[in-house]
Amino acid sequence: MSGKDKNLHNMSESESEQEGVDKEGIEWIMNLPDVPMKLPPHVELQRTRVECKADAPIHTDTIQYSGAFASMGFDNSLRLDNFRNNFKIEVIDLKEDDIEFDMIGIDPALANAFRRILISEVPTMAIEKVLFANNTSIVQDEVLAHRLGLVPIRVDPRLFKYSDKDAPNENNTIVFRLHACCERGKPRLTVTSKALTWLPNGSEFPLVSDKSVSNSKPKTYTSFSCSQNTLSKEFSNNPIGPKDSDIILARLGPGQEIELEAHAVKGMGKTHAKWSPVATAWYRMLPEVVLMEEIEDELAEELEKKCPVNVFDIEDIAGKKRATVARPRDCTLCRECIRGDAWEKRVALRRVKDHFIFKIESTGALPPEVLFTEAVKILEDKCERLIAELS
Amino acid sequence: MEHGSFTDETKSTFSMADEDHTLANALRCTLNQDPRVTFCGYSIPHPSDNRVNIRVQTTGDPAREVLKDACQNLMVVCQHVRNTFDKAVLDFNLTKPKEKPVGDINIK
Repeated sequence: MSGKDKNLHNMSESESEQEGVDKEGIEWIMNLPDVPMKLPPHVELQRTRVECKADAPIHTDTIQYSGAFASMGFDNSLRLDNFRNNFKIEVIDLKEDDIEFDMIGIDPALANAFRRILISEVPTMAIEKVLFANNTSIVQDEVLAHRLGLVPIRVDPRLFKYSDKDAPNENNTIVFRLHACCERGKPRLTVTSKALTWLPNGSEFPLVSDKSVSNSKPKTYTSFSCSQNTLSKEFSNNPIGPKDSDIILARLGPGQEIELEAHAVKGMGKTHAKWSPVATAWYRMLPEVVLMEEIEDELAEELEKKCPVNVFDIEDIAGKKRATVARPRDCTLCRECIRGDAWEKRVALRRVKDHFIFKIESTGALPPEVLFTEAVKILEDKCERLIAELS
Repeated sequence: MEHGSFTDETKSTFSMADEDHTLANALRCTLNQDPRVTFCGYSIPHPSDNRVNIRVQTTGDPAREVLKDACQNLMVVCQHVRNTFDKAVLDFNLTKPKEKPVGDINIK
């Protein structure tokens, strides 16, 4: 094995040296008619598919090294024009908060980078500080504050800045007010997120330490220079508020009262999950079900019954029943169909290594299609920053 | 930050603060597909430090330039992904007009 490795290594070195000396050299060689541009079918299968056997999946790794197949004359390096020709995206379903799309012809490392960024690095606004004026409910201050933090807020985070160490102002803070009171003699009151009202002019609580009586306008916990209504047309047409108005925050008994102010700021999911813009973002590789031989009559019926998600259909051709793979996308790779004697030889379960079925469920701050574009932009920014650091 | 030698530019370790698997694994993947690279790998020295080390060894070019090229490639790939995605969403909206949003409960 080590000898073989060394061989591969040398070949790639000489190849790249050639490329270094004469850029056209390698292109010229690759374009020769007798240079194999395809791998032999069994190796190609190993390269592009994960095979799910009854006991365990095999060929699960992605072969990334550019010279991995050098001994067979196959170039495994990244060629941008190749990538451009092969890369495809198909949107399967797009709803207000969900998107499902197929991403074909990309490395898992990149698909995973997009997923990770979606979960932990796309910013949103979430309630970070809660100022209690009164809380006589049985929900403790800290518990209520935590519940408030998790309420998704419907506002475009791109219109705001990170607050960092700045004083809270109209560009980095959104203030909500909540005042609920259950009068004596009345039935219990359920406080929902609907009770959160947006204060476009900032906090209304005066600073306790501020003793300057002469000022006409008392200092508050935020210093807004203007109303947020004037910042963007979007705000005045579509006031900021919780995405869902029916999230239960607390229940009040007779005589109990909650009065508070909640300050929302911009943040990222890696700091706290409340800032994550997605409920989930995930992908799976496309399942591929192949019948290795014709499966007919009783066997076909047996196969159709075996599958719990109805991947197979039975075709009736001139009185002969034949099994077909009708819905491979539904396959969960439960491997029920390859259990039992000889079935593993009849049915092959595989996954396509570079075909990702991507799903994004937005919490509502941004539509899911915008979230994905934002995630890709963030990866670009990371590269740009690294290039700047290196030069 | 780069850790390498002055005499041999072809081998270097790059230490990046505030990065994690997201960028490091994507870069490792693009670097490995570059024929000038003989070895590339990354590690996170300690899980509670926000830092990754990327090791790059090349056949002759300076490791720093190769890493820069990989970043450039990754950016081009990202741009292409974004354009393709935008086009796919546009196509989808044209063929299957989005169902009207079910009256937003927040607007009275």
